[in-house]
Amino acid sequence: MCLGIPGKVVEIVDVNQHRAIADVDGVRREINVGLVLGDAGGLEVGEWVLIHVGFAMSKIDEEEAERTLSFIKELGSVYDDEIDEFRQETPL
Amino acid sequence: MRFVDEYRDPAAARRAVEEIGIVSGGEHRKFMEVCGGHTHTIYKHGIENVLPENVELVHGPGCPVCVIPMGRVDDAINLAEQPGVIFTSFGDMMRVPGSTSNLLEAKARGADVRMVYSPLDALRIAQANPDRQVVFFAIGFETTAPSTAITLLKAKEAGVTNFSVFCNHVTIVPPIKAILESPDLRLDGFIGPGHVSTVIGNRPYRFLPAQYGKPLVTAGFEPLDILQAILMLVRQLRDGRCEVENQYTRAVRDEGNVRALQILGQVFELRPHFEWRGLGFISHSGLKLSEAFADWDAELRFQVPGVRVADPKACQCGEVLKGVIKPWECKVFGTACTPETPIGTCMVSSEGACAAYYNYGRFTREAAASARIPVRSA
Repeated sequence: MCLGIPGKVVEIVDVNQHRAIADVDGVRREINVGLVLGDAGGLEVGEWVLIHVGFAMSKIDEEEAERTLSFIKELGSVYDDEIDEFRQETPL
Repeated sequence: MRFVDEYRDPAAARRAVEEIGIVSGGEHRKFMEVCGGHTHTIYKHGIENVLPENVELVHGPGCPVCVIPMGRVDDAINLAEQPGVIFTSFGDMMRVPGSTSNLLEAKARGADVRMVYSPLDALRIAQANPDRQVVFFAIGFETTAPSTAITLLKAKEAGVTNFSVFCNHVTIVPPIKAILESPDLRLDGFIGPGHVSTVIGNRPYRFLPAQYGKPLVTAGFEPLDILQAILMLVRQLRDGRCEVENQYTRAVRDEGNVRALQILGQVFELRPHFEWRGLGFISHSGLKLSEAFADWDAELRFQVPGVRVADPKACQCGEVLKGVIKPWECKVFGTACTPETPIGTCMVSSEGACAAYYNYGRFTREAAASARIPVRSA
């Protein structure tokens, strides 16, 4: 669960509420970006972040995102679990 | 080196292994990787088999699932079974054994236990079910704690009163100290955790060279990252340096994530002590909700047994977590204790040393032995 998964920010839903939509390998989900908004340059659509339990933990560049994603894919079940959880709807 | 060929950049990996061999000069070196993510990579990619024989890796306590003691799991199950409660947890915790059952079994018995991806999902469940009490089972190191903290800030802001947190967040530095104080283990240095360090930065590790004379190199998660970190460690030792260095500059900054640290300080305070599975009580190693968030503290809202339960006698998770024994040296490894029916927590989480070794390590180790691949270079 400690592995962050890279996602691309595809939409800023509400900057004040720190809500954004991230795309992880084709799966989209809302994430919280409050922890990276303060980074130099803020956060813009098209940038990459490392996502952990629904929160963007740090900004990364595209090359790092691609490397990390293919590395996690190599881990097989770890990737499957991570993407399943990312895809999972809130059990309201 | 068959295994190295499977790495993303085999040439760079081979160079790193050769360098490690040359720089370490045959001297026996023992390094601990603190993070469970690293343990996973090390076993999955057979890193132990490509390293020179004089360089040994010891797997540390950095799996947040593995360090939760049995008594806390019992408390979680007790909370889940209280009337009107919806108990929410990360999937990783569902099969962690308490003294008599686990959360999955509690769910089968009728408790409303729901797996969530994020603590924010737990808050959403609370908002959708105002007549129920929703408890979130918070676990994890500084990587995960800011997420719980932000969720609590949101709960307070939105006035969600039927939400609370059963807080089991822990911090990474105290167990490292505890391990260094333990007499049965001699280490030459540490491979520092990657994602924890994106939050806390590299400064909190400065006590290691200053007080204990041990170097630490923060590392990324790929095999090459880990090899490079080991190379940086053996170079320090050769040069007579002892420093905190950062191999994972792609994601970790020295100062960490300032915003996350500020939020942690606002929402949590240190417990006087917290029990770690296998390591016992460690001072100032666990977080609890601060006074300002006491209304959202599940341990104050509900009666929990809070009974300390000794680890099962057969289980040697403690020695594995301290790196005193290797997973396969545990008496119940692979026989009574498997990922399907775990006795100890190290076998439950994919980041636990035992599960990682069970799933990958034993095969690469056996393959390495049978193929007699040249594990030493230079």
